[in-house]
Amino acid sequence: MRSVHIPQDTILYVDGVTKSFDGFKALNSLSLILEPGQMRAIIGPNGAGKTTMMDVITGKLRPDEGTVFFNNDIDLTQHDEAEIANIGIGRKFQKPSVIENLSVFENLELALAGRRGVFESLIHKLSSNDNQQINDTLALIRLADKQDWLAGSLSHGQKQWLEIGMLIMQEPQLLLIDEPAAGMTDEETALTAELFKELAKKHSLVVVEHDMDFVKALDCPVTVLHEGSVLAQGTLEQVQQNQQVIEVYLGR
Amino acid sequence: MPKSLLVRFLVKDKVGNAMLLALLLSAILVPIMSLALSPENPVHLSSYWVTLLGKYLCYALLAIAVDLVWGYCGILSLGHGAFFALGGYAMGMYLMRQIGDRGVYANPELPDFMVFLDWSEIPWYWMGFDMFPFAMLMVFLAPGILAFIFGYLAFRSRVTGVYLSIITQALTYALMLAFFRNDMGFGGNNGLTDFKDILGFSLQADTTRAVLFALSALALAGAYVLCRWIVNSKLGRVLIAVRDSESRTRFIGYRVERFKLFVFVVSAMLAGVAGALYVPQVGIINPGEFAPLNSIESIVWVAVGGRGTLFGAVFGALLVNFGKSWFTGAFPELWLFFLGALFVITTLWLPKGVVGLYGSIKAKLQERAATKKNAELAQLKASEEAATAAKTDSADSAEGAVNA
Repeated sequence: MRSVHIPQDTILYVDGVTKSFDGFKALNSLSLILEPGQMRAIIGPNGAGKTTMMDVITGKLRPDEGTVFFNNDIDLTQHDEAEIANIGIGRKFQKPSVIENLSVFENLELALAGRRGVFESLIHKLSSNDNQQINDTLALIRLADKQDWLAGSLSHGQKQWLEIGMLIMQEPQLLLIDEPAAGMTDEETALTAELFKELAKKHSLVVVEHDMDFVKALDCPVTVLHEGSVLAQGTLEQVQQNQQVIEVYLGR
Repeated sequence: MPKSLLVRFLVKDKVGNAMLLALLLSAILVPIMSLALSPENPVHLSSYWVTLLGKYLCYALLAIAVDLVWGYCGILSLGHGAFFALGGYAMGMYLMRQIGDRGVYANPELPDFMVFLDWSEIPWYWMGFDMFPFAMLMVFLAPGILAFIFGYLAFRSRVTGVYLSIITQALTYALMLAFFRNDMGFGGNNGLTDFKDILGFSLQADTTRAVLFALSALALAGAYVLCRWIVNSKLGRVLIAVRDSESRTRFIGYRVERFKLFVFVVSAMLAGVAGALYVPQVGIINPGEFAPLNSIESIVWVAVGGRGTLFGAVFGALLVNFGKSWFTGAFPELWLFFLGALFVITTLWLPKGVVGLYGSIKAKLQERAATKKNAELAQLKASEEAATAAKTDSADSAEGAVNA
């Protein structure tokens, strides 16, 4: 089922992607299009293929079939994780994964956009501009007073924020964010939604989330995945009234 | 923050700087104590001790090499003895060629074992080893190239954890079996020995031994400074990121396999230097140096000292080897059991090694001092508050009196 309207300019173009594990189709001819500057929320029951989709886009998995294009003409299936990160796709994991034995500041420094070579790292020095950028991000993620803390000693919510901060430092064009609100307090969740809306002004975002209040706060188009393909798309109200969606979520 | 990193490098590494100072001093004092003092002097060091200490410093250098890959990058190599042995063989081949016609068979061209095997000419891979600079180059290149090829294949295929450890172990074991073969042309079972002199200086002379000790101390100090520079750079933080969360590091955009390959090769070369300094001091290199046990022992040194600190590795190597010298004298058949027990104890109760133990004792004392101070402060505050309360009370009653 291809949409009739194919936009001229796409940041992410996923078409007919299938990925199976031992015969189980985690993704079943999945198609998804994202335009530059768009924010998209992805919801779906467990096992709908949300994480597999992210794995395929970020190069961790190769699809069995189908095409994945970034910025119209970059074939993501031909690149590995590090290359895709440098092409401009940042990913935040479901489980907060920050470098626990480095300080908050050092985590951001590591993610700072720039060259990633071995010898460049050996002689790398922070410029005042780099410092400024890190400090701006520290303020944005509200961890300025904890910049010298080891990342491992942060609370769960703070780790989520630090990881989002690391994504921002990478200056990606497209951000893939897996369950950012998990383990956050209501206040933190609301702040995160605000932050994402702010980010959406400069970046394209794909946010996978279970928390419907959070999705509502994002106020963006929603795609519902089920059994590895798209079940419905539209505003949150539209998909919530969709009979198939109700069956999938409540039917069992 | 970048400032504090520089500060951390120069000032905060107090233990490391103290160790460097001790190494430089020993490079001067030990030769003096051995050469300038008369044997009757109580602080005179016999050349036996000079050589023993020099040997321990070579082990400490190997330990630093292991710590760089294991402690910082999480690569548990159980085959670092192979790189040590290759460096040792490169040096041994030079020393072998230095014997010249002073061997048992007095053949000016061929080392004794080749004459014994009825070889008519020196094999191609022995070419150039009569030149010291070439041999020294090989001390770096032989372990470096092996580490590069092995690391390139292993890291590119993303072999990690226990699987990587097992194949490094297999690597050193395979090399041991290969070097045992006479056909390999490295002296087979007996290895290379009967060395006479190095750069024209007799290996038996006290002066040569003292100089070799001093060189070992300087090499160790140099390796420490090099590794400290690496781990304090941004590259060092990438290594820690790889150790703690390899996939995260990839998704930030670092090519993890290249970083691993870099430290693995640097580490292998340091191990090679350690082996090259070791061989002239002990006077022999044989395939036994490739034995898996040697590699495992170097892991124990680092674990006991405390991994991920560099100086912990040096400390652990010295501690365990002094222990070994004493223990194998007192209870020779129990050493391996003791070594095993030491590893288990360290893993279970001292995950950060002796250095970590020192750190946690210090932290506990500070905590205790802080609680005491806090209690005193609280007491002081309480008595102050009581005094203020009493004052307000009296003021209140005075006010009440006025109102009345």
